[in-house]
Amino acid sequence: MDDDIQMNQNTLMQKKRIKKRLVQGLLFTSPVLIGYLVFVFIPLVFTVFISFTDFSIGAAKTKFVGLENYMDMFTGKDIYFWPSVKATMFYVFGSVPISIVFAFIIANLLNMKIRGRSFFRGIFFMPMVIPLAAGCSIWVWMLQPDFGIVNKLLDFFHLPTSTWLTSDKTVIVTFIVISLWITGTAIVIFLAGLQQIPDYLYEAADIDGGTAWHKFTRITIPMSSPIIFFNLVVGLINAFQTFVQTAVLTPAANHVIMGQPNNAGLLYVPYIFTKAFTFSEMGSASASALILLLVISSITFLVFKLQKYFVYYEGGK
Amino acid sequence: MKKKNLSKLFAYTVLIIVSIIFVFPVFWMVRTALSTPSDVFNRNLNLLPSSYEFNNYKRAFESAPFVKFFLNTAFITIVNIASTLFTSSLCAFGFSRIEWPGRDRVFGILMTALMVPYAVLIIPHFVGFSALGMTDTFLPLLLPILLGGGLFNIFLLRQFFMGIPKELDEAATIDGASLWQIYRLIIIPLSKQSLIVVLLLTFLLNWNDYMAPLIYLSSEKNFTLMLGLNQFIGGYSSQWELLMAAATIVVLPSMIVYMLAQRHFVEGIAMTGIKG
Repeated sequence: MDDDIQMNQNTLMQKKRIKKRLVQGLLFTSPVLIGYLVFVFIPLVFTVFISFTDFSIGAAKTKFVGLENYMDMFTGKDIYFWPSVKATMFYVFGSVPISIVFAFIIANLLNMKIRGRSFFRGIFFMPMVIPLAAGCSIWVWMLQPDFGIVNKLLDFFHLPTSTWLTSDKTVIVTFIVISLWITGTAIVIFLAGLQQIPDYLYEAADIDGGTAWHKFTRITIPMSSPIIFFNLVVGLINAFQTFVQTAVLTPAANHVIMGQPNNAGLLYVPYIFTKAFTFSEMGSASASALILLLVISSITFLVFKLQKYFVYYEGGK
Repeated sequence: MKKKNLSKLFAYTVLIIVSIIFVFPVFWMVRTALSTPSDVFNRNLNLLPSSYEFNNYKRAFESAPFVKFFLNTAFITIVNIASTLFTSSLCAFGFSRIEWPGRDRVFGILMTALMVPYAVLIIPHFVGFSALGMTDTFLPLLLPILLGGGLFNIFLLRQFFMGIPKELDEAATIDGASLWQIYRLIIIPLSKQSLIVVLLLTFLLNWNDYMAPLIYLSSEKNFTLMLGLNQFIGGYSSQWELLMAAATIVVLPSMIVYMLAQRHFVEGIAMTGIKG
């Protein structure tokens, strides 16, 4: 009898304690819980809802239009959709692999017990600190076909010059070239990863007579694969959301939207931005934005699924 | 041995060439800002200007209220740094040092929001802030930060907090400390290093932000430095010496902060990769 009462009291106390901790936990995390509700969850629901309407912030009435916003994109009635998809795919699948390879090579060179390593590292990271809009405005000037320094220098070294940002054929290539200038974050993260690879692995390879190439492909790459993976995911998510490049490198002018010539520089987020805030077609812009959400989450999901084939985790994860 | 020297020589050559290319835009910005128009539109290759024209800076300052832009940007950045440090550490504490039912599941759901592109949220945010009459004020740039301080920062700080031994909290509890005291007197002092990382990331994010001010701020008295520069890009498109003078004004504060805290920046970024 006594034991029973004792036990009941114990479980009651425990329940009380758990409840107290729940209240405390919710209290401490309440800013982000409220923030998630107000700034993520409700907005998402709202976006889904207005993507089926012709909602616009100035308009008097909002009409339900069903799937029309979505149809307009795929059928090409919205003339900017396919050009921006094309530009974005070209940019994302060009810039992400190239900048990861570039950053990985630079990080490996820096990891060669080089003098002045932190000096070089500081230089490579510097463009990340420069406001991107300001950095891009410098590039616009440097890449001017006639008076820009880049063509002058290329000409001086008897190399072919380019039309850079002024032709629809070279705009995205130019974006990709500039994206190499802002790989500082990836370089720093790669270098930190390389420095964590234990020396004894390389020493063991030396004893076994492994060449530098062997060491690179059999030790460096597998040991860095989790970080390559990290930079890949972050790089993809960021590249899909590029905005400043289009807005500053190919700016909007009087009655002409950004991303010209020929919409070749109109990446996807600038396309959404233009629809929402220049044309005031917020319903239709929301439909475009949801497609971006779908694409980014599917690619992230896919990359995570593929992870087990090419990422090596020490001790099996 | 010889082979090793050769490969090092190769490494130095590549690193030096790439470094020059990386620094060159900054050099060229300053160089152009000090040039006369005739120097700017010279077809010959001159790496240094024929004469130095400091007047361009004066003209840039005269054509736009950059001091006001600077103060606006500084205000937004400082407020957002303060609210990020406070709320993200508070939330990270709740997700790492307090055991409550459903905690990790709630955290996992929150983290899925990291995948949601800003472009998806910007339309409803704008509609909401317009309905509340808050456009063309700083509030749309400050309120979202106050509520949570950015999910990535919470993620980062949670990782650090979980590395602090549990025994410290337990001992403090036995001594009668409240959770608030544990947060304030144990966890925060032990996490200075990671809080500095969050501070610097928040500085960069806010100081360099372009899209949000572009959407919300419309009158010149509220402009940030980025919007001031944006005005130049539209309005002075062929006056390169003036545009580059404006760009220098915009770039300078970030460069000074970087020079003062370079090590923290670089090590902080490295940590985000390793811990993430």
